[in-house]
Amino acid sequence: MTANATAVAQRTDDIVADLATLEGPLLPILHAVQAAFGYVPQEALPRIAEGLNLSRAEVHGVMSFYHDFRSEPAGRHVVKLCRAEACQAQGADALAVHAQARLGTAFHGTAKGVTLEQVFCLGLCACGPAALVDGEVVGRLDAAKLDAILSEFGA
Amino acid sequence: MKIYVPRDAAAKALGAEGVAAAVLAEARARGLDVTLVRNGSRGMVFLEPLLEVETPEGRKAFGPVCAADVPGLFAANFGDHPLALGLTEAIPFLAGQTRLTFARVGVIDPLSLADYEAHGGLTGLRRALGMTSEQIVAEVKDSGLRGRGGAGFPTGIKWDTVAKAKAAQKYIVCNADEGDSATFADRMLMEGDPFTLIEGMAIAGIGTGATRGYVYIRSEYPDAIAVMEEAVTIARAAGLLGDNVLGSGRAFDMWIRTGAGAYVCGEETSLLNSLEGKRGVVRAKPPLPALEGFLGRPTVVNNVISLATVPVIFERGAAFYKDFGLGRSRGTIPLQIAGNVKFGGLYETAFGLTLGRIVDDIAGGTRSGRPVKAVQVGGPLGAYFPRALFDTPFGYEEFAGKEGLIGHAGLTVFDDSADMLKMARFAMEFCAIESCGKCTPCRIGAVRGMETVDRIGRGDASAIPVLTDLCNTMKFGSLCALGGFTPYPVMSALTHFPEDFHAAHQEAAE
Repeated sequence: MTANATAVAQRTDDIVADLATLEGPLLPILHAVQAAFGYVPQEALPRIAEGLNLSRAEVHGVMSFYHDFRSEPAGRHVVKLCRAEACQAQGADALAVHAQARLGTAFHGTAKGVTLEQVFCLGLCACGPAALVDGEVVGRLDAAKLDAILSEFGA
Repeated sequence: MKIYVPRDAAAKALGAEGVAAAVLAEARARGLDVTLVRNGSRGMVFLEPLLEVETPEGRKAFGPVCAADVPGLFAANFGDHPLALGLTEAIPFLAGQTRLTFARVGVIDPLSLADYEAHGGLTGLRRALGMTSEQIVAEVKDSGLRGRGGAGFPTGIKWDTVAKAKAAQKYIVCNADEGDSATFADRMLMEGDPFTLIEGMAIAGIGTGATRGYVYIRSEYPDAIAVMEEAVTIARAAGLLGDNVLGSGRAFDMWIRTGAGAYVCGEETSLLNSLEGKRGVVRAKPPLPALEGFLGRPTVVNNVISLATVPVIFERGAAFYKDFGLGRSRGTIPLQIAGNVKFGGLYETAFGLTLGRIVDDIAGGTRSGRPVKAVQVGGPLGAYFPRALFDTPFGYEEFAGKEGLIGHAGLTVFDDSADMLKMARFAMEFCAIESCGKCTPCRIGAVRGMETVDRIGRGDASAIPVLTDLCNTMKFGSLCALGGFTPYPVMSALTHFPEDFHAAHQEAAE
């Protein structure tokens, strides 16, 4: 085992020990692992499986079901653009095209240190197009406002 | 001086954090004693960030305020100013509402239990604690309250089933996986008046004999999660939750859980699987969650708004609540007006307003100034309504009668630049992305649906009957509302806007 894998295993074991007594502990554990590492490392899965007495396939099955859990680290910044109907009615489609062109990546890709993702509804439907930028909500987004944010990120 | 700047996510998305910081900085610079309250949103998103100042005549509003406006507001002593809106309660958008569930949202400090009690909070729970389980369930039945998540199932009947079930452990699960586009009532309630939801869940617990509860909040709502977590901690410390609820000797405690970005988890059985730590796939019913729900035990699964409406029903009585509404749709409904509108936000009113009144008068038409083409009512699984159906009154049966649904009462308004074939394709695409994969009509049907809409888009009119047939299969063959209701937006687009599905239109667009 590499030093990094050992560290991941150790930290994962601590998280599992902390949360295993919850009713339905797997999602809270996966969230905590992702919060600790920025993604869910492959090395963490067998530790979680062992801790919860599940098969590794079951843990992988749960992790891969949900859009939130990443199997690889994200970029330094994460921009989640809302693509749901209410934002579409306010110009989200054009903004999605602009964002992908400007970064030179499709959704779920990372370029220039920024991970671009699509999300369906942030509950900001009366002030769209909306986005979640590094966890902070942004409303009435347009190309100029998005460019300013990306420039600030050096992208 | 007391100043209010909302902490609601919509207000934040429009710059409320900057405004709040500017208020504190300006107060300091002027040596003024200012108390800044971070309230919820009044629901007038078109005026956010909405700053309010307490005056002897009542709270006065200014908006939409940006940080740069703040020094000027202080200089004008919060009097005559271009952003002045007068008394908040007199603003027409607010004055026309009947606020029962949202009575405190935007008014109080969401995390002050004292503020909550001063505005009628806990009165309902105290009354419920003096009642038997049967009386509590009867009160909810008598109120006529139906599930506000969209299905419209009578809340009292669900509670009755759980109350009568025998089990060592029962649960109250609050569905806060508000994934429908155009809906934000759950979010606003949790961020603006979290104790109402806690109180409603406690009443549900006492009434059904459930001692544990969970709120499953979608991960796209980081602000709501933070407020709810803090509110539960405060409630527990104050004895509102725990082994001895308000000293009654009865137990109820609850916890917050976070979703992980799966739309289908808003479906109750898929939510229960997710809460148990499984893939969020739908369960076949029966067994009903009321009998075999979370961890196989009797479980009430209710939407945020259903549970948050329970306190006012107990505070003012079932008869008072039932008096509002029309037909079998009793009480009030928080309309969420979104998309391309002049006045977007949350508007709580009795059931029964016509769609036209909501879109033309309350929402003020489109923000773009172009004519309204279509209104999608009830989120991504709701039908697109044309102007010809604007006389439909807002109620469960009334919308079902027009091949639509009210869902969680979100309305997305589109102007005449909307391409309804594209919206129909999006509905299928969304279903394909979010399908849990358990049943075939949804898993395969959504992908085939996308392909079929594309064929129509390429001018192949023979694909129209195929799409109709496919929608019929999805509607009647799917396990849950995701596959079962995706035909609503698709078929309504096709039925009401056939011109967008004609080859000539497609050629013109290309």
